[in-house]
Amino acid sequence: MSCPSLPERLTARALLVALLLTAALAGCQQNQPWRTRSIAHIMPDLAFTLTDQNGRTVHANDYTGKVVMLFFGFSHCHQTCPATLGKLTAVLDKMGKRADLARLLFVSVDPNRDTPARLASYTSAFAPQVIGLTGTQDELQTLTKRYRVAFSYGKGYPHGNYKVYHSGAVFVFDGKGKVRLLFTQTDKISDISADLSRLLAQAASSS
Amino acid sequence: MSADFFLPYEFSPAVLVLCLGGLAVYLRGLYLAPVRPGYGRIIAFVTGVLLIYVVMQTRYDYWSQHMFFVHRLQHLVLHHLGPFLIALSGPGALLGLGMPGPLRRPLAAFWHRPLTQRCYRIVQQPVIAGLLFVGLIYFWLMPNIHFYAMLSRPLYALMNWSMAVDGLLFWWMILHGWPGAQHSSRPYGWRILVLFLITLPQIAIGAYIALCNESLYSIYAVCGRIWPIPAAVDQQLGGLITWIPSAMMSLFGMLVVLHQLLHAEKRTHDDLPASSHVLSVSS
Repeated sequence: MSCPSLPERLTARALLVALLLTAALAGCQQNQPWRTRSIAHIMPDLAFTLTDQNGRTVHANDYTGKVVMLFFGFSHCHQTCPATLGKLTAVLDKMGKRADLARLLFVSVDPNRDTPARLASYTSAFAPQVIGLTGTQDELQTLTKRYRVAFSYGKGYPHGNYKVYHSGAVFVFDGKGKVRLLFTQTDKISDISADLSRLLAQAASSS
Repeated sequence: MSADFFLPYEFSPAVLVLCLGGLAVYLRGLYLAPVRPGYGRIIAFVTGVLLIYVVMQTRYDYWSQHMFFVHRLQHLVLHHLGPFLIALSGPGALLGLGMPGPLRRPLAAFWHRPLTQRCYRIVQQPVIAGLLFVGLIYFWLMPNIHFYAMLSRPLYALMNWSMAVDGLLFWWMILHGWPGAQHSSRPYGWRILVLFLITLPQIAIGAYIALCNESLYSIYAVCGRIWPIPAAVDQQLGGLITWIPSAMMSLFGMLVVLHQLLHAEKRTHDDLPASSHVLSVSS
């Protein structure tokens, strides 16, 4: 395999950036803009290896064809996690059967306390599309780094009743695993609903 | 601080090659040079390069991606402190001397191409250089642009590289003048004027960020802060870092240029023939 020379790679990188900016501008000029934040082409496609709440090893392509919402948290969380999962559960429940193609992956960044069994009982309180995942520290680091999110542990780790500091973002991927939207804590239920419906309709028509 | 700190968070071959390669070339030049510069200049160069390396290729880079004020410190190093120290050390001659033969010829050929020279002349015009310097700070701090720069890895790299390269160009122009200006006395005044003029918009944006009541950079809440400090405090600290140390760097720059001016005047003064010397004193 031949390695591209440095100037070639720089040109390639410059072209990539130019393309990204054009794509971003084109995104703004679409006749129907998204109501939440579009991050299409800005971040890499969905990829991970984790363990699900049934103890099985899962990969991103196990969710091909589904609209995936990716959220990082921990089950001992009192604020962000129940609030976000509750809000998205309300959105999904309201959609009924139309939300069958949606999956909300709740990735626990606290594998120390969140065993698959604990995750299974935690997610059962929310919509059936919510799936608990976790992994080794290495697997979690790889995934959080990919989506440029941080997590860290507060006082008392690993034996006490510690806090976990984590991101409040929900990254949304289409049926092909391409990144599309970013839901934040301040997004309204109606906006999330509208955008999720559009993505689900696209996924249903392409499957 | 553990050894982990020194491992790159996101490895960039370009940073490694340019920083460590630059350092190696400089040390080789130092070894080969018939007359060595003072320790002050050597320390300035090495510190400047190492600072840039540390903020781009260690755990520090991870903190910068997740805390606004740490990110502002990173840009202070990339755009102000690091390039200032490198330019202050005036490493041109030593880098030329230490550059291995096979690399020197293509680099020299590239440097002397008319297109390179024309571009260099344009970006180093004091007004353009000043506008670029301030413009880049404003551009990357626009809340929407900042949001995407922190999410997209290529944009993030472009942001940091643009700061480092522009910093080097700008401080080189300030401390060494610009092409075609060597034989005029105006450069000193121009350089001080540019340094003064770039201070004002930096103070303005720093103060605006520090004193703004609403949260401007939501990306840090979205992606998670690594230390539990309130968002408002993070923003205030970041604003203060953009405001005060950046303005102080201009002051340091002015002191260096004034020092150069006094030396240059003393030299012309000493070079004058004795008769005109007396004349100038008496007049």
